[in-house]
Amino acid sequence: MLEVKNLHAKIDDKEILRGINLTVKPGEVHAIMGPNGSGKSTLSSVLAGSEVFDVSEGSATFYGKNLLDMPAEDRAREGLFYSFQYPVEIPGVSMVNFMRTAVNEHRKYNGEKPYTASEFLKLMREKKKLVEIDSNLTNRSVNEGFSGGEKKKNEIFQMAMLQPKVSILDETDSGLDIDALRIVANGVNKLKSENNATVVITHYQRLLDYIVPDFVHVLYKGRIVMSAGKELALELEEKGYDWIKKQFED
Amino acid sequence: MAENQDKILEEVTGSDYKYGFTTDIETEVIPKGLNEDVVRLISQKKNEPEWMLEYRLKAFNHWLKMEQPEWAKLNIPKIDFQDIIYYAAPKQKPQLDSMDDVDPELKATFEKLGIPLDEQKVLAGVAVDAVMDSVSVKTTFKETLAEKGIIFCSFSEAVQEYPDLIKKYMGSVVNYTDNFFAALNNAVFSDGSFVYIPKGVRCPIELSTYFRINATNTGQFERTLIVADDDSYVSYLEGCTAPQRDENQLHAAIVEIVTMERAEVKYSTVQNWYPGDKEGKGGIYNFVTKRALCKGDYSKVMWTQVETGSAITWKYPSCVLMGDHSVGEFYSVAVTNNYQQADTGTKMIHLGKNTRSLIVSKGVSAGKSQNSYRGLVRVNKKAENARNFSQCDSLLMGDQCGAHTFPYLEINNNTAKVEHEATTSKIGEDQIFYCNTRGLSTEDAVGLIVNGYVKEVINQLPMEFAVEAQKLLQISLEGSVG
Ligand SMILES: Nc1ncnc2c1ncn2[C@@H]1O[C@H](COP(=O)(O)OP(=O)(O)OP(=O)(O)O)[C@@H](O)[C@H]1O
Ligand SMILES: [Mg+2]
Repeated sequence: MLEVKNLHAKIDDKEILRGINLTVKPGEVHAIMGPNGSGKSTLSSVLAGSEVFDVSEGSATFYGKNLLDMPAEDRAREGLFYSFQYPVEIPGVSMVNFMRTAVNEHRKYNGEKPYTASEFLKLMREKKKLVEIDSNLTNRSVNEGFSGGEKKKNEIFQMAMLQPKVSILDETDSGLDIDALRIVANGVNKLKSENNATVVITHYQRLLDYIVPDFVHVLYKGRIVMSAGKELALELEEKGYDWIKKQFED
Repeated sequence: MAENQDKILEEVTGSDYKYGFTTDIETEVIPKGLNEDVVRLISQKKNEPEWMLEYRLKAFNHWLKMEQPEWAKLNIPKIDFQDIIYYAAPKQKPQLDSMDDVDPELKATFEKLGIPLDEQKVLAGVAVDAVMDSVSVKTTFKETLAEKGIIFCSFSEAVQEYPDLIKKYMGSVVNYTDNFFAALNNAVFSDGSFVYIPKGVRCPIELSTYFRINATNTGQFERTLIVADDDSYVSYLEGCTAPQRDENQLHAAIVEIVTMERAEVKYSTVQNWYPGDKEGKGGIYNFVTKRALCKGDYSKVMWTQVETGSAITWKYPSCVLMGDHSVGEFYSVAVTNNYQQADTGTKMIHLGKNTRSLIVSKGVSAGKSQNSYRGLVRVNKKAENARNFSQCDSLLMGDQCGAHTFPYLEINNNTAKVEHEATTSKIGEDQIFYCNTRGLSTEDAVGLIVNGYVKEVINQLPMEFAVEAQKLLQISLEGSVG
């Protein structure tokens, strides 16, 4: 469903992604790990449609469609979801209004009638329960004044609302307390199905105890330098990245 | 990044003015230019009593001694006052007994603007006075209002029918010597609306005046006078549009409000005069004097304005808080785009004891526009325990526009408590991108963010107007992103 080939991206002539290959199929969970600054967030935001970076080479397709040709909003409407490492605050815009617009834009794109207020509120209640998010948060402006952990929970709530096909979760576990980590991971697991896929970016094995990956990739200096099963995460937890860095120093 | 921003800005600000059409109706105009004879002619055309003519002439002679002001942060080209037509009126039968007598072209014009003049079709609960060029076309719901003793009619009619009220209150808030444009208005004013709410009456419907400039080269100089007697209440709405023309047109109005004991007036404006094209050509010069006198104790006036149009806006709706415990509130959204310039704000003059004022101003600037807030809070010597809170926020889109805040304080009583807060923010690309990743187009994202930003003000508007205003904001900023 998501096929990334030899993807290169740069900013101000500085190449950050240097040939990424990644294939994600329905029902799969991929974990991407890698040292700080290796390009994990860059990869996510390029796939989500950020125009901050220039894609200089390579391709990315989503269900056969050229992802790189689509504006960010269409990628979302096609079913790609990006949970931000640093979710953005939008003062004055209520979560309810924001989500209602987002959900209805998705529906419009898919030729469905927009939800009425009551249908929408019902959906929202359901999803709030699913990801155990507090009503206090959904009654406020988008991420405004949310704590770090609350922002992350709110990302998963939005994911639940939009029911994407592929979700890229960029360090959703960082900043979460122990209970919140379990709640968020449970939420992600409940949303999992045979038809959708999840890409989790994380620094810690801990999250992968809950969300068990089928593949673990190591991203280093803009390339995926190693891919293996879930045992790779355990190995990294134990040994760190030095042994990989040594192998791929250039 | 900057390039991308420019591109989006370009797209967004590219939308066209929706109300730019003209109506083909027979118009009676007098020749261009201004002198004493023109003032006499206007008065004569309107069949005015002698006292009204004298008043006009007094104002005219005073105006001759004045200079066009230059102090605001505006770049106002010298206006040639001899190149303007001071009276234009749609030709029609003088007496309107029913809707059938209104010129169908004219009716169609107002319908196109969403202002139905037909009483059956009027939005539930809004009485409308429609003013085209210089003349009031039709006031709806007059009879319903009359039952409660409420007067709502065109200003010219009031001069004929209620001379005592007009003599008593006209100029009691804004004297003809007040400023250059006020003096001009007093000399040549054409028409406008008059409202009187008797003691103890709550006006059951929203009163609304709709101003439309149609004829070429004409100035529009209307006046509005609202008098709310003891314990009364009224909510009044004002809307404005003009056709798209290459030359600039002048609009210099006066609005006066008087509130007696415990009376309350809400005055809301959605101003959408033609702003000029993308290069800054054409557009309305909007120089308006709006002032309320809170005369009675415990009286209250609330100004709410959403300003999206005009090439140049110069406007400071003000409150003179004379009665003890009287309250003045000012809520404003001013949006500027392309080459628009706005210098707007308020004056709160505290005279009585325990008077309170609140100012909430939200500026939104895009394109190459300049947007200034200018506000004065004055507390006089005898105004014990005066309170003021001002909140002035600016939102910028792109980096070619300007936002400025000029708060002036004159505090002459040390029991006063005056607070001022100001913020400047930008719509960030990260905010837009975040919305995009949730499936919102850039335009919708800007609309959502701007509407969120101005919510506090929009919430003060009556329901139908609020919806209208939100749409208008989105249209005026279509595509402008920073
Ligand atoms: N807007 C930008 N301008 C300049 N450099 C950038 C920009 N965004 C990212 N970079 C650089 O690109 C590289 C990759 O950053 P990225 O955020 O993708 O790393 P990451 O793998 O997500 O790291 P972390 O684990 O710390 O989140 C870093 O060296 C970073 O400084
Ligand atoms: Mg990162």
